[in-house]
Amino acid sequence: MAGPLLDRVGHDARIVATYISLGVVNLVQYRSDFVLAVVNGLITLVTQLLALAVVFGQTSELGGWSRHDLLVLVGVHFLIGGLIGLVIRPSMETMMEGIRLGTFDFTLVKPADSQLLASVQVVRPPALVDVAIGVGVVVWGVGGRGGALSAGDVALFLLTLLCGTVTIYSFVLALSTMAFWFVRLDNVLAIFQSLFGQAGRWPVTIFPGWLRLLLTFAVPLAFAVTVPSEALTGRLDLATTLGAVALAAVFFAAARWFWFFALRRYTGASA
Amino acid sequence: MAEQAVAGPTTAGRPDFSRVSWPALARYYRGEFSAATANNLAYRGAVAIWVVTTVIQPLVSIVVWRTVAGPGGQVSGYSSAEFVTYFAITMLVEHLTFIWLMWEFEYRIRTGSMSPLLLRPIHPIHKDVCDNLSYKVIGLLGVVPAMVLLVVGFGGDVSDIGVAQVLAFLLALLLAMALRFVLEWVLALSAFWLTKISALNNLYFSVFLFLGGSFAPLAVLPEAVRAVALVSPFPWMLAFPVEVAMGRRSGADVLVGYGVQLLWLGLALLLLRLVWRRAVRRYSAVGA
Repeated sequence: MAGPLLDRVGHDARIVATYISLGVVNLVQYRSDFVLAVVNGLITLVTQLLALAVVFGQTSELGGWSRHDLLVLVGVHFLIGGLIGLVIRPSMETMMEGIRLGTFDFTLVKPADSQLLASVQVVRPPALVDVAIGVGVVVWGVGGRGGALSAGDVALFLLTLLCGTVTIYSFVLALSTMAFWFVRLDNVLAIFQSLFGQAGRWPVTIFPGWLRLLLTFAVPLAFAVTVPSEALTGRLDLATTLGAVALAAVFFAAARWFWFFALRRYTGASA
Repeated sequence: MAEQAVAGPTTAGRPDFSRVSWPALARYYRGEFSAATANNLAYRGAVAIWVVTTVIQPLVSIVVWRTVAGPGGQVSGYSSAEFVTYFAITMLVEHLTFIWLMWEFEYRIRTGSMSPLLLRPIHPIHKDVCDNLSYKVIGLLGVVPAMVLLVVGFGGDVSDIGVAQVLAFLLALLLAMALRFVLEWVLALSAFWLTKISALNNLYFSVFLFLGGSFAPLAVLPEAVRAVALVSPFPWMLAFPVEVAMGRRSGADVLVGYGVQLLWLGLALLLLRLVWRRAVRRYSAVGA
């Protein structure tokens, strides 16, 4: 029984590898995009550091988070933002454009998992700049806090980071899937992008009750940014960790179900 | 209208818009405004979504600064309730002053859709003014209720706002709208020289975030940053009208503020003239 499954995973892995190498080829073609990504990344970084400086010019802690704790959070925010910009957002934008123009039909006739194809079809390597900045800021923040991280903390961080990425991916996929019904939906991603960019870089714990619930379960920023940051700042408890794993599983299953539900109702642009 | 059909009268290789009479311009404004409004109403879903995104930043700022101030506490003369009012009014001013053309010009030039705008016998800025005003009016239907919700929901302090403050605010707001439109339209013109404008735009918005007063009231910023802000045009496009509305500036202070706004507006118009002339001369249509 393991044979066919392994074959399928191998096949899927080859598809992902092909798209990544296509992305790298594109990068070599448009090298200036990379320089631009560095400049934009640095401007954003300086902006966020200045914002922290202004806030911590007036207080020594924000809802229990110190300056270096928030630095870690800013790093995680960069990291997740980079991962979203690397494949998730460009692929989803291409998919929605394809649904509008009718070219999505070509994706469907390819002999592979349609969700996988739609999700990895565009790889934009310049976003790796944000991932690199994120890693750097996380290291800076952790170093500034002092005290050593145990291997367990790092493992918990990686686990919650993975779960957060899966949750965010599933959320954005489900949002984009609605393009099967509402053709012009690119603006909805703008709301998500704005929420992620503005609200995502502060710990959700400072938001009042109803907003915190919204940012945890409706638009799952809490599990993507705050929870991995908690793992690195010694705040994470077992319940939250299990919650992160469970939420990732639920979001992924729901998004996949919704994907196939939408596909069954999809009639193509020409039909 | 017959002579306007003769497209693109030029002198010395650049468009000459001086032959448009005032009544013709007024007719153009009415027509373009109603066309833009019809368009905005047809795509009201898209407008609604953009309005939702304008609420997010002030909402986050309110949460952050309320947390910093704490219940009953103060930060540089702002209590929690005053932070709420500050950012709620900031949202209104931001909505009424912002323009999006610095993102659109790159597209216009890349796709060649700038060419027909230049061939019309009327300066392209008039079309942008109409489109902008129409969007602002429609957007108010969402922004004003959102502002009220923010103030009521977070317990904003509006006790200092009276008729005098509102009247003084309206003039400051109008000047801020004009100043920001002209200045950011000049920024948009940079697309005539640069093929990628995202870095310049990001830098501009990053500077505006702090010096304009949208991240925090100027009083909260470090002394040195505030000093820089006050000699820059940025606070006069956002923070100043908000402070006037909140009654934090009064009497001669307000009058001086109007003067500074007018001064910057004059400078911005001068800059517009200068840059526009060079930009058009530089322009070569896609495919030319």
